[in-house]
Amino acid sequence: MKITVDEEKCCGAGQCVLIAPEVFDQRDEDGIVVVLEPEPPHDQHALTREAAAVCPASAIQVHDTP
Amino acid sequence: MVTRPGKVVIVGGSSAGLATAEALRRQGYEGRLTLLDAERHLPYDRPPLSKQVLTGAWEPSRTQLRSQEHLASLEAEFIRAEPAVMCDAVERAVTTATGRVVRGDALVIATGLRPRILPDQEELAGVHVMRTLDDALALRSDLAAGRRLVVVGEGVLGAEIAASARGMGVEVTLAGFGSVLLGSQVGGRVGGFLTRLHTERGTDLRLGVAVEALTGSGGRVCGVRLASGEVLRADTVVVAIGARPATEWLEGSGLALGDGVECDAYCRAAPGVYAVGDTASWHHEGLDRRLRLENRTNATEQAQAVAANLLGAERPYTPTPYFWTDQHDAKLQVHGLPTPAAETHIAEGDPAQGRFVAVYRENGEVTGVLGWNMPKQARLLRQKHLVGPRNGQPTTTVRSAP
Ligand SMILES: Cc1cc2nc3c(=O)[nH]c(=O)nc-3n(C[C@H](O)[C@H](O)[C@H](O)COP(=O)(O)OP(=O)(O)OC[C@H]3O[C@@H](n4cnc5c(N)ncnc54)[C@H](O)[C@@H]3O)c2cc1C
Ligand code: SF4
Repeated sequence: MKITVDEEKCCGAGQCVLIAPEVFDQRDEDGIVVVLEPEPPHDQHALTREAAAVCPASAIQVHDTP
Repeated sequence: MVTRPGKVVIVGGSSAGLATAEALRRQGYEGRLTLLDAERHLPYDRPPLSKQVLTGAWEPSRTQLRSQEHLASLEAEFIRAEPAVMCDAVERAVTTATGRVVRGDALVIATGLRPRILPDQEELAGVHVMRTLDDALALRSDLAAGRRLVVVGEGVLGAEIAASARGMGVEVTLAGFGSVLLGSQVGGRVGGFLTRLHTERGTDLRLGVAVEALTGSGGRVCGVRLASGEVLRADTVVVAIGARPATEWLEGSGLALGDGVECDAYCRAAPGVYAVGDTASWHHEGLDRRLRLENRTNATEQAQAVAANLLGAERPYTPTPYFWTDQHDAKLQVHGLPTPAAETHIAEGDPAQGRFVAVYRENGEVTGVLGWNMPKQARLLRQKHLVGPRNGQPTTTVRSAP
């Protein structure tokens, strides 16, 4: 699994951090999403998908890799 | 043992409806899925409409919620440009404007809101509402032609439109019944800061005054008359005085319609019938009260709960409400329910510096956390203060999975 984010769409909600704090964080100055784990380990996949689904700005893309 | 539905019909395929479809698939639902929507456009996002789309910073296509390939991967039937006009909740059957009848084992209602309008509004050219992409593009093209805009309504939408229009160099007057901008959403103190910000950026404000009527000439709007007797001259008017749940198609369906589709704690309106998003009111068990939220995060969060409950989870929906708004250079993050009656305390930062977090307390209990250009700090204070049974988890489907 690979994650990409669209910083311009991100509204700084922080929903992703609430759901998957090991994968996402926010910048201190403007709250924009920071990806801590661009290729999250297996045990984080479900939470990562949930974070992408709940993100109110549709700013998180999850790409499945074989 | 709960039987999973063999076919789910979702009426309204925008933020909440589409998120429900995606959540169903992600949670392993393999049955049939139909999404019905009145819109001709592919599903798009609404928050950018009053911001980036209105100003022209974004092409309309940038608001598209999902790519064509992604939509195709849902293996759902999409019926577009066809509004539902009737519903039978017992049969879970929906009739569309073309007479088509769509039946499901489960029905999800996600039809959002319809803007309230002023008397005579529909007879006059140049008067707008702001709910759809077409609304935003129509307003944008009128603003390019006329100089003076009057915004009616001092809530989130009215204030955002005023800010975007000022950014485009339009002369803006905003009239509203409240004494400060967003008073009912963020209270008097922060509302006062917002009022000052808009004044500094050149918006002429008429607050604490009722709007009486639109005035027109030759079929086109030319002014807005206030209860004070003043007439605000206008080339274009936007009416942003709130919205009501789009439930007229549910009259006679057998469902309880109060302030939206009335649901239980599981977002269920009747056996096999659920509601989600702006149009759904449900019993929030943590707060022990009926709630209906009109915000973007609720649309996706509630969708997770509805999908899980449709598949038998029996999970009460107990979110911490959250919305954001962007106005001029202020980005506000609002967590919880900061009621106007609450006391506000600046917990971090400094309003004079244009960066702070305010904590709202009522009877000693924290009811809300608001960030002004401090999104991360606001989220951290939310995690500190807005915890416990009154505030649910953001989502729990993953954690509760076996
Ligand atoms: C201009 C604007 C700016 C906003 N900005 C923010 C913001 O900054 N932050 C924030 O948190 N929230 C914001 N919101 C609120 C947010 O967009 C909504 O909460 C969200 O769109 C709700 O999603 P929904 O799916 O419930 O309703 P909607 O998005 O309204 O979707 C309802 C769908 O149902 C369809 N429909 C309606 N009636 C029928 C029918 N009879 N038959 C078939 N289909 C039907 C409609 O065509 C529509 O596609 C904004 C809203 C607007 C309008
Ligand atoms: S949930 Fe989405 S909008 Fe919010 S911080 Fe994460 S990526 Fe940004």
